[in-house]
Amino acid sequence: MSELIVEAVLPAVRKRSAFLAFNMRLIREKPLGAVGGVVFLLFMVCGIFANFLAPFEMNHTDLTQRLLAPSLAFPFGTDHLGRDVLSRVLIGAQISMIVSFLAAGIATVISIVVGVISGYFGGKPDMVIQRGVDAWMTFPDLVLLIVIVSIVGPGIPQIVVVLGLLYGIAGSRIVRGAVVSVKENMYTHASLSIGAPTFHVMRKHILPNIMPVVIVLFTTRIGAVILAEAGLSFLGLGVPPPAPTWGSMLSGTGRTYMYLGPWLALAPGLCITAVVYAVNIYGDALRDLLDPRMRGSQ
Amino acid sequence: MSLAINEEPLLKVDDLKVHFTLTEGFMQKPVGSVKAVDGVSFELRHGETFGLVGESGCGKSTTALAVLRMQPLTGGLIEFEGNDITQLEPHQMRPVRRRMQMVYQDPFSSLNPRMRIRDIIGEPLLVHGLATDRRSFRARINELMDMVGLLPDMSDRYPHEFSGGQRQRIGIARALALEPSLIICDEPVSALDVSIQAQVLNLLMDLQRELGLTYLFIAHDLSVVRHISDRIGVMYLGRIVEIAGRDELFARPKHPYTQALLSSIPLPDPTLEATRPQQLIVGEVPSPKTPPSGCHFHPRCPKVMDVCSVHSPNLERNQAGPFPNHSDESLVACHLYDASFGRGDRETET
Repeated sequence: MSELIVEAVLPAVRKRSAFLAFNMRLIREKPLGAVGGVVFLLFMVCGIFANFLAPFEMNHTDLTQRLLAPSLAFPFGTDHLGRDVLSRVLIGAQISMIVSFLAAGIATVISIVVGVISGYFGGKPDMVIQRGVDAWMTFPDLVLLIVIVSIVGPGIPQIVVVLGLLYGIAGSRIVRGAVVSVKENMYTHASLSIGAPTFHVMRKHILPNIMPVVIVLFTTRIGAVILAEAGLSFLGLGVPPPAPTWGSMLSGTGRTYMYLGPWLALAPGLCITAVVYAVNIYGDALRDLLDPRMRGSQ
Repeated sequence: MSLAINEEPLLKVDDLKVHFTLTEGFMQKPVGSVKAVDGVSFELRHGETFGLVGESGCGKSTTALAVLRMQPLTGGLIEFEGNDITQLEPHQMRPVRRRMQMVYQDPFSSLNPRMRIRDIIGEPLLVHGLATDRRSFRARINELMDMVGLLPDMSDRYPHEFSGGQRQRIGIARALALEPSLIICDEPVSALDVSIQAQVLNLLMDLQRELGLTYLFIAHDLSVVRHISDRIGVMYLGRIVEIAGRDELFARPKHPYTQALLSSIPLPDPTLEATRPQQLIVGEVPSPKTPPSGCHFHPRCPKVMDVCSVHSPNLERNQAGPFPNHSDESLVACHLYDASFGRGDRETET
C-alpha cells in the first residue's frame, strides 16, 4: 500500500525537488534509516521548543514531591529536589543537542582538514602532522579534558571547543587513512595529469570518496560527545549546574538515587541511547544512499 | 642517439633517468637508490604507435609517467612538439598537458565512482576552462562518446553501470577531450577479456587514423604490441635494449633478451608448440636496487662475453651482427653487434 502511494507520488515529487525525492528514496530503500531520521528530528524539535513543551520550569523545586515515581502529573517522575524530570530532560535535550552537534561538527571539520592535508600531500608534511597527532593522542582523552576545562573553566562554549578539538585531531587519523587509499586510485592521477589544480582534485575526487568515512565519523562522534560530556559533568567539569544535561542527570542524581528512583537514570539514559542510535542508523542510511553504486539496486 | 629522419619527432626522450632514493629511519637517511629508468632514449614520430614492452618492473610505466612529468626526473631530456619540457614549472606544464593524455590500465580505478560519465569525460574541458556554455559542453561530450562507440544517452550514468570494455572506452573519450597529439596508453587492454581487447585495440587504431594521434603504447603482451605498433622498443631493467620496426623485430630479433622474449610467446598449435626450439632465460630478474655491472642482462644471457660484465653497450645501429647490411633502422644495445667485439660470435650458436 505504502509502495503504491510512493509510486503514485514519485513522479510529481521528482519535478518538485531533489530534496523530497531523496527523502522518498530514504523511506523506500532504508526504512530503518528513515525511522532514525524521524527520531532524531523529533529530538531536535523537542530541543528547539523545549521551553514551550516543558510542563514545569526546569529548576522549579517542590520538596513535598521528592522522588515521585512516574505518574500522569509527572510522566518521568521527579528527582531528589522535587523537580520534574520530563521538563529537565527536554531542556537537557536542547543543551545536549547543541553541545553534541557543535562539537561533532567542529571535530569532523578539523578531521577533514588535517586528514586531507596530511594524507594528500604525504611525505614530509604528513610525517610532521602525524607525529603531532601521535603526541596528542598519547594523552588520555579525559586527562586532557580535565586539564583544559580546569584551566578555562566549565561552560558550554569551552566544552564544545575542547571536545571538538580532541575528537577532531584523533579522527584526522581515520580521514587520512581514507585519503591515502583514495589518492592511490588512478582517477586522481588522471585528474592531475590533465593539469587539474590541487584544490580541484581534493574537492572533486578526494572529498566525495571519503564521504562514507566522514559520515560514520560524524555520527559516532555525536554519541561520543554526549558520553564525554556526561563524564565531564560527573566530575563537575561539564555544563555547570543547575542547567540540566543528559550526562549530568544520568551520572549525577541518576546514580546517587539509583535504588530510590530508578526513573531518574532511565529517562536521560533512554534519551542518550535513542539519539545516538537514531543518528547512527540515519548516518549509515545516508552513507549508502549517497553512494551512486547503491542507486537502483534494491 | 642518431636517427636519420627528416621530420622533427613529436616526442624525443634522451637519456631519461628516474631513480628512486631509498630512505631509512626517522630522518629519512638515503641508503641507496632504485634505478627504475636508467638512460632511456627514444623518439616518437608523428602519427605512429611506438610500443614499449618488457617484463613487470622494467620501468615501462615509470618512463610513461616521466614523459607526462608526473614523476620527478633524475636526469635526461624530454622534448615534446619541439620544446624542452624537462624544466617546466607546474603552471607552465598546464598548456602542455592539454597536448598529451593518458589511458590507464585499470578501467575500474581510473574512473571516479562518484562522478557521472558526462562529468568524467568533461573534466578535462572543465579544468582547462573550455566548458563555456552548457549546450556546447553537452554537445562535445556526446560527440566524444559517439567517437568511442558509446551511446550519448548513457552520459548521466555512473561508472559502475558499465563493463570493463565500456569503461576503457570512457577513459579513451576522456583522453580525447582536449584533442591531444600524444596519447600514452599504459597497458590499456591488459585488464580486459581477449575478445574485448581486440575491440579496444581496433578502436584505438581507428581513432589514430581519424585524428592523426600518436601513441606511446606500453604493454607486456607481445601479441597486442605486434597488433598495434609501428615500432617497438624492448626494455630490460630500466634500459632499452632494442628498438626496431615491428616486422623487423618479430622476424629478426637481435638482442638475446628480445630473442628470449619472443620465443616465450606460446604458439596456438600444440604440436608446433611442443617441437619448436625455445630459448629460455635462466634465473630471475635482478633487483633494480643492485643492477648487474655492464650490460644489465649479462648474468642471464646465453651469449655472454667477457666484455658484457664490464662495459654497458650503447643503443646503436646494428653494424656487426649476422645481418650487417640490413637497411633497417633498428637499434640494439648489445656487444654482439658491436664492430669491435661480437663479430662472428653468433655463427657458432645457431
